[in-house]
Amino acid sequence: MQSELLPLLYIFLLATFVGLEVIRRVSPLLHTPLMSLTNAISAIAVVGSIVIAGKQETTLSTVLGTVAVAASMINIVGGYLITYRMLRMFKKRETKQP
Amino acid sequence: MSEHAIHVLYMASAACFILALKWLSAVPTARRGVITGIIGMLLAVGGTLMLLTPEAQAHGWFHTYRWILIAFVVGAAIGVPMAMMPMTAVPQRTALSHAFGALAAGLVGTAEYYLRTPDLDRFTMGALGVEIILGFLTFTASLMAFGKLQEILPTRPIVYRMQNVVNLSVFAASVLIGAWLVAHPGHTGLFLVMIALALVFGVMLIIPIGGADMPTVIALLNSYAGLSACAMGFVLDNKLLIVAGALDGSSGLILSIIMCKAMNRSFTNVLFGGFGQVQTGGKAEQRTVRSASPEEAAAFLEAANSVMVVPGYGMAVAQAQHRVRDLFDQLTSRGVDVKFAIHPVAGRMPGHMNVLLAEAEIPYDKLVEMEDANIEMPQVDVALIIGANDVTNPAAREKKDSPIYGMPIIDVDKARTVMVIKRSMNPGFAGIDNDLYYYDKTLMLFGDAKDFVGKIVKVLEGGTS
Repeated sequence: MQSELLPLLYIFLLATFVGLEVIRRVSPLLHTPLMSLTNAISAIAVVGSIVIAGKQETTLSTVLGTVAVAASMINIVGGYLITYRMLRMFKKRETKQP
Repeated sequence: MSEHAIHVLYMASAACFILALKWLSAVPTARRGVITGIIGMLLAVGGTLMLLTPEAQAHGWFHTYRWILIAFVVGAAIGVPMAMMPMTAVPQRTALSHAFGALAAGLVGTAEYYLRTPDLDRFTMGALGVEIILGFLTFTASLMAFGKLQEILPTRPIVYRMQNVVNLSVFAASVLIGAWLVAHPGHTGLFLVMIALALVFGVMLIIPIGGADMPTVIALLNSYAGLSACAMGFVLDNKLLIVAGALDGSSGLILSIIMCKAMNRSFTNVLFGGFGQVQTGGKAEQRTVRSASPEEAAAFLEAANSVMVVPGYGMAVAQAQHRVRDLFDQLTSRGVDVKFAIHPVAGRMPGHMNVLLAEAEIPYDKLVEMEDANIEMPQVDVALIIGANDVTNPAAREKKDSPIYGMPIIDVDKARTVMVIKRSMNPGFAGIDNDLYYYDKTLMLFGDAKDFVGKIVKVLEGGTS
């Protein structure tokens, strides 16, 4: 897979700047959900893992790929679920009277 | 499915991830952000599964997807319980999931290496090296962080002579081997040594880190996990991986910078400083403090117009947040204005206190950031400190020779009365004596946080403690 390095580096550069700008605005109130959400997003490694686990070129690659898919899946399912759970807890006003 | 269509899916997925993070910036739109993130991930996974269509047509659908299916089921079976952990365990959970994310990147890198060696061009091998070193060092480092947060391992920093030299040599050796492999990718033996060194370095990196530095370190590991996914994107020529990895990398970077600023320390100091060792040999003079009973504390709180609660890790350890919420209810129903001042590094990960208090159903508009809390502080009648220490220590403002000098703190000493719930007079993580406790306006409430707050609530409810 001979690829052109420069376009990829441009993408990396621009994505980093977008990331810095977007995340700078996140309220400190939500820093924990932010971390669990980015954690789920970084499970995008699943893309590479799926291809390896599906192609099954060698036994070694199949095993490594399968474990990698499982590890990424843990983060995808767990990461989104806990972020959603956390955000449901942030309420502005009391609904029930003490 | 044509390859173009898959590229379109990937592009849509990248856009979803950016929007997800953008909408996460404020509470009202945050849930929409999570949903968008899920859509982005579904698009990416769906697109990738379609990428395997030619294999499926050649070898049969079941044959191609069998391992993926099994891994999906296993991953979901572990992921769901991990998402159901109580909020006090969120730092551990986060560390553990950084480990899984980094492991996936490292394993994919290893598989790619064995599939392609020795026909690896320099650029691909370089990216592979970055992916694998970052992936495996983050894997063991995150496991170590998990062990320390779960208190399987000792939480205090362990330091020895020449530690930094040893650590850096291990890391440098790993990088040098990586560089050598760029020129000679066929050397599988050295490849394994590189992985081993990265794994060892991850462990050694966390050994000197103390509990108080965990927020910074967790954020930094978050960044590394993202960057290794990013490097995978360079290896696979996959732009979606680069975008998602870079977003994750920059998020971790920003959070760790915020954490460092909140402690007035640099990255190198956090990683190599061995902060948080108890500095003995300070003045051990006996000074008197005023202590108070739950009844007296309740009387002060009841008579106040405004109360600022300053929670810290001690509140999380004592699981006191639900009692604190009862106290909040009692005082609010008496017309007392109760707010919570949150220091950026309170707790064991960024934003830890906010999530705990939100779980206890304290409305989030009562959670105030440090800067705003300090503006209000001179008008506050009672500052109630629960399980926080160093972040309230006036030495950070006044004593130039103090190790925490220059660290931004919550100025509780400007409130009219200060009350501190504390188990004993032992110093906090930084091992620094806190002058605040000896002030005339300070009342020490000795006891377990959950227990003591519970007693105050009982008094306020009209019972006896």
